[in-house]
Amino acid sequence: MSDIHALLIDPWIAYGFMGRALVACFALSLGCGSIGILLVLRRMSLMGDAMSHAILPGAALGFLAAGFSLWSMSLGGLLVGLMVAILAGVVSRVTTLREDASLAGFYLMSLAVGVLIISKYGSNIDLLHVLFGTILAVDTPSLLLVSTIASVTLLTLAVIYRPLICECFDPGFLRTMGGGGSLVHIIFLVLVVLNLVAGFQALGTLMAVGLMMLPAAAARLWASDVWSLCIIATAIAFLSSMAGLLISFHVNLPSGPSIILVAGLAYLGSIVFGRNGGLMKRYFPQPHYHHQSS
Amino acid sequence: MISPAPQASERGIRLDDVTVSFDREPAVHHVNGTFSSGSMTAIVGPNGAGKSTLLKAMVGIVQPDQGHVVLEGLSRAELGYLPQLAEVDRTFPITVSDAVGLGLWHRVGPFGAMTGSDGEIVKAALRTVGLEAMERRSIGALSVGQFQRLLFARLIVQDPQVLLLDEPFAALDELTTHDLLGLVLDWHRQGRTVIAVLHELDQVEAHFPSCLLMAREPIAWGPTAAVLTPANLRKARGLAHDWHGEVKAARPAMATELS
Repeated sequence: MSDIHALLIDPWIAYGFMGRALVACFALSLGCGSIGILLVLRRMSLMGDAMSHAILPGAALGFLAAGFSLWSMSLGGLLVGLMVAILAGVVSRVTTLREDASLAGFYLMSLAVGVLIISKYGSNIDLLHVLFGTILAVDTPSLLLVSTIASVTLLTLAVIYRPLICECFDPGFLRTMGGGGSLVHIIFLVLVVLNLVAGFQALGTLMAVGLMMLPAAAARLWASDVWSLCIIATAIAFLSSMAGLLISFHVNLPSGPSIILVAGLAYLGSIVFGRNGGLMKRYFPQPHYHHQSS
Repeated sequence: MISPAPQASERGIRLDDVTVSFDREPAVHHVNGTFSSGSMTAIVGPNGAGKSTLLKAMVGIVQPDQGHVVLEGLSRAELGYLPQLAEVDRTFPITVSDAVGLGLWHRVGPFGAMTGSDGEIVKAALRTVGLEAMERRSIGALSVGQFQRLLFARLIVQDPQVLLLDEPFAALDELTTHDLLGLVLDWHRQGRTVIAVLHELDQVEAHFPSCLLMAREPIAWGPTAAVLTPANLRKARGLAHDWHGEVKAARPAMATELS
């Protein structure tokens, strides 16, 4: 019994950095779970990935300006992330390039610029921190930032929920109802970038999107309405973070990749066992219901 | 829930030289005319004739490059649009009653709350189209025919004065077509204006008093018997040839019907 306690409970209590990391992951999961589900439903899964890389040069510029300062790096990431999203949107509307292609163009340039800046002006350790994050170094200001972003995300989603859902399901209908679709889309993009900035601190630019997409993709195999999907994705994100942190603590592995790998396992498990379109369901179907009356 | 619409004489949709193009290639070319209040019109023509685009221009989903769509004595909220099935995400995780409830948008808006009587309106609409047993199901569980019933239920909830239906009976089984056609005929009897893009000329001749035959530009518009003449249909086919050098997208069935 005490062994289990030492394995699962003690690390959070005995070590302040583990406790803070857990709280940060909880806040991150709250925002990223729902945002990830909506990205999947809007067929924008790869967009989240691209956006997360686009944040890098902003964070690098912030790093140049003020070193490892949470606020300058987050602000830089936010500004550049939004700029890339808006530029990609504009280019796809005025040229024949589709939005995903123009976004790919911008985020690759953006990623290259970011790596260039940090390699030139920082150390390799700095580069590793930016790429892979430092969740175990989360301090009180970053906790505040991450939880503020989670609150803003959930409140904003609650306000724009109906038009957002309608825009995914039947965009033509929303337009005949007087539109507002583009505004909702832009607000949603801002939320995506905000959550990536939050995740960036903990998991780095390379893996911030992991806590968004893996739980969302896994949840899609378990539920069939948006509410349950968001709750399941949030739960998977949080449980993966918890397990990942414990593994990284006990086995002395880097925390970011551990968290993402646990989320990846949840995803693989869902592909096999998911009730809503998983492999087991497909190849070992349950017998269907029969009429009782006959 | 469907109340007889007031019989106002000047509540039609007037098209003033409407032209819509994609990449400068006109899809709808200089269309003039009026869908008068209470009329029931079928829009027919070869594939790629701009029928759907014309409907979209009327409900404001696409903007005309030239000319205007004038709503006479109508507000946008009084138009009800039925999209083609392919334009809706049928795998989206939303329940049948929530999808039908979207029809309340004009009264409830993007942020308002639904009241109990709104719920009753949705339930009644589901009963009318025969989906009452599916209320709590996800739309992914519906067949094509059931999904079209769902979209009709949403229109019933919307309670519009003018109905613009894009291929309402495409790919439907006989029973569903029969039921939904019955609803459309009811709407006409209640004095609503019905405008439908259709492919089956037999259906048009049997049920639609007016007809607009178009191949990018209007070829004939008026009483169905006067529009669907062999000469006009030949002309429609000829125009489709002129634009493409060949009938680009016409399905074999359509080509023979229009020959």
